[in-house]
Amino acid sequence: MEKLFFLMFAAVAIASGLAVVTVRNPVHSALALIVCLIQVAALFVLLRSPFLAAVQIFIYVGAVMVLFLFVVLILDMRKAVLQAFPPVKKRFVVGVILVLSAQMVAFVFLTPMGLGPAQGWEPTVESIGRVLFTKYLFPFEVVSVILLAALVAAIVIAKERQ
Amino acid sequence: MCLSAAAQYAPLWPLAVYFVAVVILVGAMLVLSHALGERRRGRLTSVPYESGVVGTGSARLHFDVKFYMVAMFFVIFDMEAVFVFAWAVSAREAGWAGYIEMFIFISILLAALFYLWRLGALEWGTSMKIRRKIEPL
Amino acid sequence: MPDTAILLEVLVIVVKVSVICGILFGLPLPLTWLERKVAGHIQVRLGPWRVGPHGVLQPFADMVKLLIKEDIVPDRADKFLFKLAPLLSMIPAFLVFVAIPFGEKFAIPFIGNEITLYISDMNVGILYILAIGGLGIYGMILGGWASNSKYSLLGGLRSSAQMISYEVSMSFAAIGVVMLTDSLNLLEMVRSQSGSFLDWNIFYLPVGPVWFVIFMISALAEINRIPFDLPEDEGTLAAGFHTEYSGMRFSFFMLAEYVAMVTIAVLTVVMFLGGWNPPLDISIFHLVPPIFWFLGKVVLFIYFFMWLRFTLPRYRYDQLMAIGWKVLIPLSLVTILVTGLMKI
Repeated sequence: MEKLFFLMFAAVAIASGLAVVTVRNPVHSALALIVCLIQVAALFVLLRSPFLAAVQIFIYVGAVMVLFLFVVLILDMRKAVLQAFPPVKKRFVVGVILVLSAQMVAFVFLTPMGLGPAQGWEPTVESIGRVLFTKYLFPFEVVSVILLAALVAAIVIAKERQ
Repeated sequence: MCLSAAAQYAPLWPLAVYFVAVVILVGAMLVLSHALGERRRGRLTSVPYESGVVGTGSARLHFDVKFYMVAMFFVIFDMEAVFVFAWAVSAREAGWAGYIEMFIFISILLAALFYLWRLGALEWGTSMKIRRKIEPL
Repeated sequence: MPDTAILLEVLVIVVKVSVICGILFGLPLPLTWLERKVAGHIQVRLGPWRVGPHGVLQPFADMVKLLIKEDIVPDRADKFLFKLAPLLSMIPAFLVFVAIPFGEKFAIPFIGNEITLYISDMNVGILYILAIGGLGIYGMILGGWASNSKYSLLGGLRSSAQMISYEVSMSFAAIGVVMLTDSLNLLEMVRSQSGSFLDWNIFYLPVGPVWFVIFMISALAEINRIPFDLPEDEGTLAAGFHTEYSGMRFSFFMLAEYVAMVTIAVLTVVMFLGGWNPPLDISIFHLVPPIFWFLGKVVLFIYFFMWLRFTLPRYRYDQLMAIGWKVLIPLSLVTILVTGLMKI
């Protein structure tokens, strides 16, 4: 049963992921990306982390995709579509694809895949909070600085566009 | 194992059933209205509304970059909210160390918010600019 | 006999789902009538009167009218997204109700079986509601964009910017309640508020009332009710993002709005007003079934929203954004720190 659901979510995620890059209309491809991210949230549920699933929807689907859509809508659509992408050398593209697939293969073979979620330990919100505020105190503070940097960067970009 | 897995997903089955039920009901309403709906295409039926005047230009307009900025701020503060959620449920266990951490975290973001405020990134509309232009006169 | 047990469980789920669906799809009928009646009486008119006694059949007439209207798709609209957008705004609004509890366990008199008065008891309840509730925004953005009309696009962008601004402070208010009750689970939230009304979160001094006000204001903005109903600013935007919609698809947006209003009323009751706990811990009050306390409070809030709508004027857009970003968010950040101090 679990496998069936996994296959269903994974298939939809891959299909919508492909749609993101193949669909011509940027708004449609944003929609496909939303579908893809929701499938990933469903996969988190299958891995028994409802908190991560909720956060995935809260952050990625609820916030990041809104930003994407705003950017797409604010840019002049016709111009953006007509404007061809800057020409890229084929060799470069092939190189990037090779590196990425090498990484993928390495990831598949080097990580203990297929073991499923750790038994007897459920990543509840409490346990995530506990780990976050004891073991990972410093990275947590760095996050706030990164968020600050992102804010400043947003302003700088906006000022340039104006 | 099988049983515990079933217990794990116990709250999710109703969710799935409910989702399917809502989709079916919505679909039924659409089909019903499609079957009953009037179909009378006039010359101007499908022209976008523009207060009764003939529309001019395309509706794909340029927008104020403000909208992009507010979306960006939203993403950042939403991220922050998730971190605070993780703290909120474990606040008592995290104790004073956690509280101090959270204090620093929130202070940095408050500082960021006030920085935005001072820069005028939170001002909407042109009222401030106009006021500044008019006042010297 | 495990088979009958499973069968019974499935049956209970199906019954609960159909009851909730029936209530939610049927709710707009009495609510539109009530809203127009309230409007009428506040403005010293009668409100709906012709169809049926006191106009109670008016919503049915409206429903028939909406059903037989033509479903217009404007030229040059993005047909696929235009048709999809009302569903995107309606389905999340309905899905939120999965996580909302209406009461504790309840024994059915004749079968002797206990059923729970919620569809699903989620550990991450409040986060689920915020996450799914936030998805309704796509109906607005995509509906506004797909219509290919200036009013729709402007309305869609404006309303979505409004929604995302207030979603931040609403999440913070939810965090406040989570801190007061130590749980993300809505059932636990209600349990921790049992006792008299002084145990309710709204009276959790000194931060309870502050959270309540923050939540109330941002919720009003989230569901686009007066004084924050900028998306339907008739004077400047026609009907905002749903200007081009007609018939059933238009009514989907309206339906989503009414369901959102009910959601907010229910959430307020669960988070701040003790859910189904009676106001005083005395035996007479416990004779009344808890669900009546719950529904009573919810109806009170729905009436309150309607009352506001016909009493207050509308804010200007820059004022709206200023309230969200310059008042509510800094205030809620500071209140989080104060609440944390109290909790440690």
